[in-house]
Amino acid sequence: MDKIPNNRAWFLILPVFLLVAFSALIPLMAVVNYSVQDSFGGGVWIFVGDEWFRDVLTDGRLHDALLRQLGFSGLVLLIQIPLGVLIALAMPSRGWAVPVCLILLALPLLVPFNVVGTIWQLFARVDIGLMGNTLREMGVEFNYTDDPLHAWITVVLMDVWHWTPLVVLLCYSGLRAIPPAFYQAARIDGASRSAIFWYIELPKLRGVLTIAVLLRFMDSFMIFTEPFVVTGGGPGNATNFLSIVLTNWAIERRDLGPAAAFSIIYFLLVLLICWVFYTAITRIGQADKR
Amino acid sequence: MESGTLADWLEHSFGWMAWTWVTGTFFLTILGLLVVMTVWELAMPTVQRKGFLPISTTRGDRFFIGLLSSAFIHLAWLGLVGAGLTWALAICAAWMVVLLRYG
Repeated sequence: MDKIPNNRAWFLILPVFLLVAFSALIPLMAVVNYSVQDSFGGGVWIFVGDEWFRDVLTDGRLHDALLRQLGFSGLVLLIQIPLGVLIALAMPSRGWAVPVCLILLALPLLVPFNVVGTIWQLFARVDIGLMGNTLREMGVEFNYTDDPLHAWITVVLMDVWHWTPLVVLLCYSGLRAIPPAFYQAARIDGASRSAIFWYIELPKLRGVLTIAVLLRFMDSFMIFTEPFVVTGGGPGNATNFLSIVLTNWAIERRDLGPAAAFSIIYFLLVLLICWVFYTAITRIGQADKR
Repeated sequence: MESGTLADWLEHSFGWMAWTWVTGTFFLTILGLLVVMTVWELAMPTVQRKGFLPISTTRGDRFFIGLLSSAFIHLAWLGLVGAGLTWALAICAAWMVVLLRYG
């Protein structure tokens, strides 16, 4: 049967396109405009060319913040993706325990970001916090407001608590979508549990894992509220992530030009890394089919 | 509406965006390139193929890779060399042609 090529269906996405244009493209264009000008308030702008970009690119504080951010995102992915897959594998597949597990896991996802930050700020406090105080009673010198390492542990633990459930839910739905025939065939072939995981479950999870990696990377790379509430970027600059630095520039110092140049570089980095992830994971899928 | 309405309306609606000739030209160029790519696609549909890039790509893929890498070439020029983006632009134009033809 000959397919009739007809692209008129594209008109159906016109409303979404207009919405995205309004909410994303126009602000992005404004940011590009701001990034080449100096603002004096009251709508007075002076064209400065590439000055802000040169400033931002040679700013040591930003290099540090970028490395910190990459370290944080890498750590978050390294912990949350394997942990999420493991928990999803361990979850029951039928019976009353399924909704109980799903609801318990979904709870952290429902908590607003600033509340997550407040919860952990209290939880980790040495004087009254359950975690901080317990650790001190056990003789561990834990203090996330003074020790950079402890601040990092707190922020990473918080993100793991907050977002691993998302990976679990995605993986769980992926696992449930595998037809039983695959498992039956594996049992007939006498495949071990690890063989079933590596040759059936993991390849079948590729789609949801792509989404999980992309979502977790983007969210952790742009994380702001939770570390801002818990540590405020400190101690020193230890947890001063990119968006905290950026907000400081744009809102507190009102340096719109440098902040805009910074935003564009930030945006380009996110775009590049997402594109690399997306391409890599979708290409692996195509290689299998051949 | 009063006289000079279009200019007033533009200023009222888009003044906050702080347009400059440079950025305006930039976006119009990107838009123009997208239109050219669309017309090219309609006249001669792309074929996915493998060039010097490690992945097989369509023309649109190579165009996107070209735009994104051009942005990073500009940034690298500013960070490593400094002022004088004309040379970076020339490099990017050449890079785009090479990428679309042999990528």
